[in-house]
Amino acid sequence: MAGEKKGLVLLDYWVSPFGQRCRIGLAEKGLEYEYSEQELLGDRSELLLRSNPVHKAVPVLLHDGRPVCESLLILHYLDEAFPNSPPLLPADPYARAQARFWAAYSDKVYEVGTRLWKLRGEEQARARDDMVEVLGNLDGELGDKAFFAGEAFGFVDLAVAPFTPWLPSYGRYGGFSVEREWPRLAAWARRCAGRESVAKSLQPPEKVDEYINVLKKHCGIND
Amino acid sequence: MAGGGGDGQLRLLGFWPSPFVHRVSLALRLKGLSYENVEEDLGNKSELLLASNPVHKKIPVLLHGGRPVCESMLIVEYLDDAFPGAGQAVLPADPYDRAAARFWAAYIDNKFFPALIKALMGTTEEEKAAATADTFVALETLEGALAERSGGEGFFAGDAPGFVDVALGGFVGWLSAWDKVTGVKLLDAGRTPLLAAWAERFASLDAAKSAIPDVDRIAEFAKALQARSAAAAAASD
Repeated sequence: MAGEKKGLVLLDYWVSPFGQRCRIGLAEKGLEYEYSEQELLGDRSELLLRSNPVHKAVPVLLHDGRPVCESLLILHYLDEAFPNSPPLLPADPYARAQARFWAAYSDKVYEVGTRLWKLRGEEQARARDDMVEVLGNLDGELGDKAFFAGEAFGFVDLAVAPFTPWLPSYGRYGGFSVEREWPRLAAWARRCAGRESVAKSLQPPEKVDEYINVLKKHCGIND
Repeated sequence: MAGGGGDGQLRLLGFWPSPFVHRVSLALRLKGLSYENVEEDLGNKSELLLASNPVHKKIPVLLHGGRPVCESMLIVEYLDDAFPGAGQAVLPADPYDRAAARFWAAYIDNKFFPALIKALMGTTEEEKAAATADTFVALETLEGALAERSGGEGFFAGDAPGFVDVALGGFVGWLSAWDKVTGVKLLDAGRTPLLAAWAERFASLDAAKSAIPDVDRIAEFAKALQARSAAAAAASD
């Protein structure tokens, strides 16, 4: 496409855990890219609307101008388009299927977490029960391993790590402590935070909590 | 392992009306893979199902040499990965095309299907009407995707069915049955001509003829489901 910017551009938003998945993936693969901060609370840019007309959401990866949307799909694309860089997904077909399953499942952390800070009363209580189930399932899958697939940091760790700075806030809204209820998951979160690609991409929990307050105001929630 | 699965290696835990199960049957047939069908009673789920999909407890589950793979489109991707020599690849080779195919399959799951189910099972007439409108919006979006992706050929993937065709193809029985159940014609050549033609073309594939149950059976099932849901809603008023 004549005139299209060459190379990789990531349309993203500073605190988006889905965008952070892509930043971690790009870092793990040692790929150069331009980070483009998008406006989400105000008007979306022409570029974002053109690149993701269906969902109008970040992250979007532009490769030589062509858009790839959805965080997990972007990660698959990076592996497939850049086969000479360290793979994010395992090679074995069964291991790949398991990795995809758990990475997709972890989207629920954000989905349920949003209900937790947005809703009140019975609906919030249901969100709390759902969050306990999701975190319990993730903790169960992790087990006593260092990382989800075993000894080494892999696809599922990459997919789940960006939600970890949100957990203290979710814990407050839901009345639970990740440290107390799922110590293995808490230890895993600290282990991931020690990894350079993750440390460089994630926001601290205080900033995330501040952001949730901004979102609450935006939604007209005053408590 | 072309044609693999004949030694009892592949078992599909399913439920005959489920469009998600149909997707997997379609992919297995397109790839020429033999498998054993295990029909589940969703009101009384088997130990095998609960042990194979403890997180969601849902069908379809594919068991390959006893190891479970869950989620219909993940199963389809797995079949491509695990049986590279078998029949045609469901996903295309090019990374960008693969990303586009996965995107549209996700759209079908996250936008089309939720609207469709609410259009059938919504608790009020208003809810059902709004969901029906949403379903039409999703179909119109998919019409655009078909125009863009097919390159003028008959399927989302081009001249042969691929990932998105399977993702939406799982629903062809339901889409055909819909106006028998609700009186609403979802695939209307006036609104979405490409999609209406695609559905006919897809349904006439050998794989579809054997994987998709008879439309009248589906219509009967859908009517019963709708009636049960309406009764439950009325009972809770």
